[in-house]
Amino acid sequence: MELAHKIFVAPFWEMSGAPDLFLQVLWEGFVAGTLYSLIALGFVLIFKASGVFNFAQGIMVVFGALSLVGLHQLGVPAWVALALCIGIMFVLAWTVERVVLRPLVNQPDIILFMATIGLSSFLIGLGEFIFGGEPKTMITAELGLPSGAIDFAVAGGFVSLQKIDIAAAVMSAVLVTVLAVFFHKTRIGRALRAVADDHQAAMSVGITLQQIWVIVWFAAGIVALATGIMWGARSDVSFALEIVALKALPVLILGGFTSIPGAIVGGLIIGITEKLAEFYWGPLVGGSIETWIPYFIALLFLWFRPQGLFGEKIIERV
Amino acid sequence: MFYREAGQFKTDYRSDMAVFPILQDRIAIGAILALMFIVVPLVANDFWLNTIFIPTLIFSLAAIGLNILTGYCGQLSLGTGGFMGVGAYSCYKLTSIFPDVNIIIHILASGFFAAGVGVIFGIPSLRIKGFYLAVATLASQFFLEWSFGRIPWLYNYNDSGAIDGVNRSLFGIALTEPYGTPAFQYLVVLSIVVFLTWIASNLVRGRYGRAWMAVRDMDIAAELIGIKLLRTKLLAFAISSYYAGVAGAMMVFLSLGSAEVEVFDIFNASFPILFMVIIGGLGSLIGSFMGAAFITVLPILIRGAPSLFGFEIHAATGEHVQLMMVGGLIIFFLIVEPHGLARLWQIAKQKLRLWPFPY
Amino acid sequence: MKLAKLTLGIAVGAMASTGIAMTSAPGAYAAETLYIPLLTYRTGAYAGSGTPVANGMHDYLTMLNERDGGIGGIKITIEECETGYKASKGVECYESTKGKGALVYNPYSTGITLQLIPKAPEDKIPVLSMGYGLSAAAVGEKFPWTFNAPATYWGQASAIIKYIKAQEKGALKGKKIGFIYLDVGYGREPLPIFEALSKEMGFTFIKIPVAGKEMQNQSSQWLQVRKHRPDWMIMWGWGSMNPTAIKEAAKIKFPMDKFIGVWWSGGDDDARPAGKAAIGYKSVNFHGTGANYPAMQDIIKHVVSKGKSQVKDVSKVGENLYNRGVMNSVVMAEAIRNAQKITGKKNITGEDMRKGLETLNITAARLKEIGLEGFTNPMKITCNDHSGGHPMYIQKWNGKNWERASDWITPMKDKVRALLEAAANKYVADKKGWKTQKCS
Repeated sequence: MELAHKIFVAPFWEMSGAPDLFLQVLWEGFVAGTLYSLIALGFVLIFKASGVFNFAQGIMVVFGALSLVGLHQLGVPAWVALALCIGIMFVLAWTVERVVLRPLVNQPDIILFMATIGLSSFLIGLGEFIFGGEPKTMITAELGLPSGAIDFAVAGGFVSLQKIDIAAAVMSAVLVTVLAVFFHKTRIGRALRAVADDHQAAMSVGITLQQIWVIVWFAAGIVALATGIMWGARSDVSFALEIVALKALPVLILGGFTSIPGAIVGGLIIGITEKLAEFYWGPLVGGSIETWIPYFIALLFLWFRPQGLFGEKIIERV
Repeated sequence: MFYREAGQFKTDYRSDMAVFPILQDRIAIGAILALMFIVVPLVANDFWLNTIFIPTLIFSLAAIGLNILTGYCGQLSLGTGGFMGVGAYSCYKLTSIFPDVNIIIHILASGFFAAGVGVIFGIPSLRIKGFYLAVATLASQFFLEWSFGRIPWLYNYNDSGAIDGVNRSLFGIALTEPYGTPAFQYLVVLSIVVFLTWIASNLVRGRYGRAWMAVRDMDIAAELIGIKLLRTKLLAFAISSYYAGVAGAMMVFLSLGSAEVEVFDIFNASFPILFMVIIGGLGSLIGSFMGAAFITVLPILIRGAPSLFGFEIHAATGEHVQLMMVGGLIIFFLIVEPHGLARLWQIAKQKLRLWPFPY
Repeated sequence: MKLAKLTLGIAVGAMASTGIAMTSAPGAYAAETLYIPLLTYRTGAYAGSGTPVANGMHDYLTMLNERDGGIGGIKITIEECETGYKASKGVECYESTKGKGALVYNPYSTGITLQLIPKAPEDKIPVLSMGYGLSAAAVGEKFPWTFNAPATYWGQASAIIKYIKAQEKGALKGKKIGFIYLDVGYGREPLPIFEALSKEMGFTFIKIPVAGKEMQNQSSQWLQVRKHRPDWMIMWGWGSMNPTAIKEAAKIKFPMDKFIGVWWSGGDDDARPAGKAAIGYKSVNFHGTGANYPAMQDIIKHVVSKGKSQVKDVSKVGENLYNRGVMNSVVMAEAIRNAQKITGKKNITGEDMRKGLETLNITAARLKEIGLEGFTNPMKITCNDHSGGHPMYIQKWNGKNWERASDWITPMKDKVRALLEAAANKYVADKKGWKTQKCS
């Protein structure tokens, strides 16, 4: 009885008792969620266009941020470093297509998946080899990102919004909009959607598959760089960030591997529910349930919709 | 010339269905076993046994487990580390609850706990497939990791939170790490691995193995020819987790000596074992051994290589280069031989059949 | 087919060269050398804390080689082995170096320490876990081969409580003290003493674990802190957890001067990323910071400026965790000298090293001699107390570097000792055939 009360009544009582904390938890969940969405977005872009489950997306987040800070430490001005990093992401995309994807075309999915795990190991080594293994501080001020917080008085307490978090949310929104416009209004974007629908049909109307792959990997790289900057500003830039990037996986199964809106909505659902769960129910079992709660939420959804929130219906034939 | 099966006639079904129908194979396997059981413990020093042979054998067992699930039954799993952990922690609890029972029985029994947990976390596989399932298995991995750290009963309320210091002997000789000698530990590990591999090889070519392969190739078609998906998939999860569990228990008590949760986490256990299975060859038992040897030896080799050529590199730089090389080599291997080392072995056998007079 | 052949060739070649590499690798070093393997980590999630420590340890020993030609006329052979803070790698490093005549191991990871503790008596190589590892190992009768001077985590925890009590003018009753920790063996280590003290002194103890995976994603943990409104926060963090925690503490407007980190949460790179917000953040320490010591200047002169160190930027010499590494090497070097003196041998073994550590006595005069006057409190290890429970102090981050914020604080020795002995007995109880020693 007491346990039931603790699980089903007390947390909600607590929520209404301290609305400022409740709002703050929601906000933190929202910010974490936008960043999860961005990482998931990178996965989705690549999976849609090439059917590759790109495990290296998390590493690309770190690699992008690390190159940016590393170049800056070598004396390159921040904005030039940013431009160079975008260049690096392009080179990376091109190299991956040439060296990894092209020779492995038509192999089973699991082989390509393995190759991306190999790629992530390679990128960790390369990043640390060039820039050193010690964590670095993100160059927020140099990039003109805001710092400090805006406080609101709410019901006897306060809700504090970090400016950097607001910037992260705004930037994610802009990035998603730009990508959406790019995919819907440009020639390349249309080609890309054609590839996502059917490789063979796309090739038969004269779309170069390899070129499209380079473009999606590049787009995923830019998304990764943006995520890296934002998350790096929240903590620091080191390869531990890769583990945070794993959080995008439940977002993926929740939202569906092929759906961009799924990645965004899924990210927000996971971000907010995991923070609420950790904050209100975590202490009952000793905390740190954030590591697995997102997966259980996602599994719960999957049980009813095996193709994810917005995924296409799977039709199987013998 | 040496590897020719011409002239070896099978006169009954029994001999045709044997594990090693070819005479040369039987001789070779006998020779390898003799080498492993007799020559290796006599020749190899502690370093070889502790850092190469014992880990390779233990990882091979875990890889066989994953191979049954992924290679034979087609269910991609990223949760092997969690199941190894279940084996290790239940073995630890068993040794403290029943201190007088033989440690070998504990190790073999702890696999059943892993199997039980595996079945529970295998249930989603009935609804979910492919990468969705792979990510879903991460739920078990993270939940189990969390439980190992969060339930103090599992580690006997130790202040350190680690499981360690089980001193048990076999035939009156100290066995468990760090009390036993590496050679003895090696022999015990080898015996268990050989025994379980023998069972696995019989499983996969029997009724269950065929059912698994049918499910792997197309589960709807398999269902149509009368294979019960629920039972088949869950059985694969159970047996796979059993192997992982036994491997986990051996890893803690016969190799590492003590363990914290991070030994079984995704980057230390689940991924490397998946690598072993893929590099070794999906759906091949001998490939599991080759893959395990490759992934275990490669980093040690890369670390030792510079001093071999007479120049020093810094430990950290070595680590970076090693990560790059492991990653690069994995991609390389996948490109040149996506079917793994086992396939290379088959090609080699094919060549040997004709050698030295190819057409 | 060609590619397959090539692969086959590479595979065979690889196997063959492994054979060669392996047979040549474990060869022992020339007899006349002091071989010290350093298990360090400059990669992975904990590199931020691991790198300066590794540099400090390495550079002081190198300096002794360059300046004095080693210890007692014998050169030191230093071999770093990268563990990445992973227990399995640590054991691999241990196995690959123990055969070369290793004198002592510094695991720099509680997980690896726990694995080496039972191995040490079997291989007769002592483990020096300086200010970390298993607290109970301080009981020398039960753990003859493990040393954790200058103080255990439990001693440190009691010193922090003592400090807080002094700040609160002697009354802790009804106060709330929060404890945020990395949820691994290391972070859980001090829980028993905090819980015991909270019962005794009447403060509320709130524990907030941070999973290793969530190190850089601590917002819900700190909201938990905001909910409970503790009067003081104590942190047991390592690697990327530290800078993230300090940033999050600033976010919830937790007063920095009431936030105290363990001595492993006191890196310069832990406080710096939070900028101005980190000013006032405190951490425990047991040695000096900065490079204003003759020995440190010697390191700069003989090692860093000659390019024999991994440190490129001289300003890194003298950072807190760098000095921690130096301190570690000082303890090793003094123990070696002591062992040479006791045994009369120049070329000592692991067993001699154990004796050297067990009778180690670094006096204030000795510290002055080696150019580290006032660097740390004099240190003495005895047979039954392998930690010594030496005093420590609280330091404060001023935005640029650490400055001293308290006098030397001695841990609550009597209380801690009783708990340590109970824990040591418990550790030994379920281990058949554990080797103990008698202390007169």
